[in-house]
Amino acid sequence: MVKSKSAYSIPGKQGKFDTHIIVVWVDNEAGVLARVVGLFSGRGYNIESLAVAEIDPKLNISRITIVTTGTPQVIDQIKLQLKKLVPVHKVADFKREDKKVIFKEMALFKVVGTSSKKEKALKACKKYNAVVLDKTNKSYVIQITALRREIDIMSKNLKKFGLVSVSRTGAVAMTRGSEVFK
Amino acid sequence: MSKLYSGAEIVFKCLEDQGVKTIFGYPGGAVLPIYDELKNHETIKHILVRHEQGAGHAAEGYARSSGKPGVLLVTSGPGATNAVTALTDAYMDSVPLVCITGQVPTHLIGTDAFQECDTTGITRPCTKHNWLVKDIKDLSNTIHKAFEVATTGRPGPVLVDIPKDIQFQKTNYKKYKKQKKLNGKIHNQFNQKDIDELIKLMRKASKPIFYTGGGVINSGPKASELLREIVNLTGFPITSTLQGLGSYPGNDNQFLGMLGMHGSYEANNAMYHCDLMINVGARFDDRITGKIDEFSPKSKKVHIDIDPSSINKNVKVNLPIVGDVAKVLSSTIKTLKKAKPNFAKSNKQQISKWWETIQKWRSIKSFDFVNSTNSIKPQYAVQRLYELTKNKETYITTEVGQHQMWAAQHYKFDKPNHWMTSGGLGTMGYGLPAAVGVQVAHPNKLVIDIAGEASVLMTMQEMSTAIQYGLPIKIFILNNEYMGMVRQWQELLHEKNYSESYTAALPDFVKLAEAYGCVGIRATTPDELDDKIIEMINTDRPVIFDCLVDKEENCFPMIPSGKPHNQMLLGAKDQKETKISKKGKTLV
Repeated sequence: MVKSKSAYSIPGKQGKFDTHIIVVWVDNEAGVLARVVGLFSGRGYNIESLAVAEIDPKLNISRITIVTTGTPQVIDQIKLQLKKLVPVHKVADFKREDKKVIFKEMALFKVVGTSSKKEKALKACKKYNAVVLDKTNKSYVIQITALRREIDIMSKNLKKFGLVSVSRTGAVAMTRGSEVFK
Repeated sequence: MSKLYSGAEIVFKCLEDQGVKTIFGYPGGAVLPIYDELKNHETIKHILVRHEQGAGHAAEGYARSSGKPGVLLVTSGPGATNAVTALTDAYMDSVPLVCITGQVPTHLIGTDAFQECDTTGITRPCTKHNWLVKDIKDLSNTIHKAFEVATTGRPGPVLVDIPKDIQFQKTNYKKYKKQKKLNGKIHNQFNQKDIDELIKLMRKASKPIFYTGGGVINSGPKASELLREIVNLTGFPITSTLQGLGSYPGNDNQFLGMLGMHGSYEANNAMYHCDLMINVGARFDDRITGKIDEFSPKSKKVHIDIDPSSINKNVKVNLPIVGDVAKVLSSTIKTLKKAKPNFAKSNKQQISKWWETIQKWRSIKSFDFVNSTNSIKPQYAVQRLYELTKNKETYITTEVGQHQMWAAQHYKFDKPNHWMTSGGLGTMGYGLPAAVGVQVAHPNKLVIDIAGEASVLMTMQEMSTAIQYGLPIKIFILNNEYMGMVRQWQELLHEKNYSESYTAALPDFVKLAEAYGCVGIRATTPDELDDKIIEMINTDRPVIFDCLVDKEENCFPMIPSGKPHNQMLLGAKDQKETKISKKGKTLV
């Protein structure tokens, strides 16, 4: 056995990584996003995407949706550490496979080219609630809402139809049915 | 209309309301209005330190030894950045601190003004929470909330950053109203079912052990009493982490000594072989667990902790009990007494084999060392210090390194809040300023910093503070001219390449003591050690004690890196047996 030269232990076995969507309700105050994001970077957790906005101007509450990956142990830690932050009210955690939860991301595509190319691009987007937000002779700006991997595929596929620019949001999530997360 | 107070006045009104008697600080441009106000508040004593890090550690020493939050007041920019080490230290060891920093006036924030820094940004990861007060109306509430956050749940440091213009502005003062619930951050979730489950496990166990930590101390003196009661009631063996020392008497027969990297052979083996581990207020730190994959493989694990994020962080446990140690223990004792009044008796039989095994481990005497008649062995120095001070109420602080481990191994603590050491962050230079803080909290008690010569030089300037306030702290330096722990690792892991771990130029500590205006004492041989220690104890002024010890002594036993508990390296005695016989050994 090679003698360890570290004053620390060697890493143990790593568990399987899962993708989770963590939703955090926070007081909308200065630095709160930095606290949440700093917690992730400081403790070595991943952030795949992030969406933040105030949802209740009266109570001053913002909702942060974070897509992250980690072992079950890490995901547990993320939730527990988040709950310790003073401005955090509640934390919800959904698995990406969870059928009871809706996940959506939005993307804007700018397509430049001939009208046939533009139309083809628009047609390709059809099944993702495509809306044309801006139209010129040369270009379209198309908005779609879809899942992350669908947008990944679209932004690849649209290249041949003259895609010049992509802008996309992080995922937002909401449970199905009449229930609300408490 | 009620009276209007300036921001600076409000700071003091809040401190008075919170019962603060002492603050540690250092003035500067951005806190001058607060310092100007100091003279009007006689109940609050300000201790002027020599460096803001010293203020932080002194406040930590004050907090740990008194159970009250420590308060420090420093200026913007460098004042705040200098305090960062102490804040991080307090965060790692769960010490309640309230740090008040000055900030440049609000209109200059973000302009790279003189002595401006992003204080809340810098301290965000090393505080429980921090605030930048941009509106005078928020000031009193913020400070009160700061105290609440620092002292509730798992304690820790907080910081309030107050721009200079806010210190001048005036508003009404809002008195402190105790809130019942702090934004859901107080976790006392355990219920009777958890306790019943714990008792069930306790009744089934044939190889149980209590593994206790700093949480017992943080929970207050009552928790230590309850711990003694439950250990007595169950007859179980108990081991403690570095931070938990003192919560259970160090010389009691049921106490197996400290566990972990430099813990006792019996404690670590008991942890490895036990079938029930009851963790009371400890956090499965990597210095404790050794190799995680092989950590106590056969045991059911119970974890009592006030911080839910400590549960399953490093080690998966079978029964988590989230709550304050004192409350959990008291309800366990109550239930145990009711359900099984004869638990101790019926249990004795069941765990007698376990105790026999433990006695076998114990007979190895893993803390033993080979003493010498020529040079002072550092362990011997700590032992003599213990013997000569154990009948006094003595508070011990330490720096970080070999001396710290020797102090933990050989000084037997029997009361909580009498042992202050930097465990989590491992801050060299902690002990001297911490001793200052302890002495401020306990003016007539004996306060000793067991130090290493390298560590103590990092914050030596605070001797000047001790002189100024007549604080008779005793700095007991185990001087081996090396950064001993670094040297030890280099010897064991890096083929004795002592890269930069030897301090080729050290001050003459006796003369240094005199230069500061305190007393310097030097001991060079074992014969004179006792007399010199007694001289130190009897000096009612600050003392720097330069104890010249064996330069190459290593700290044993130890768990080498990446190894589990049952593969400890034992110390000098069995390694050097043959060599020593020539010299003629005197075992202590």
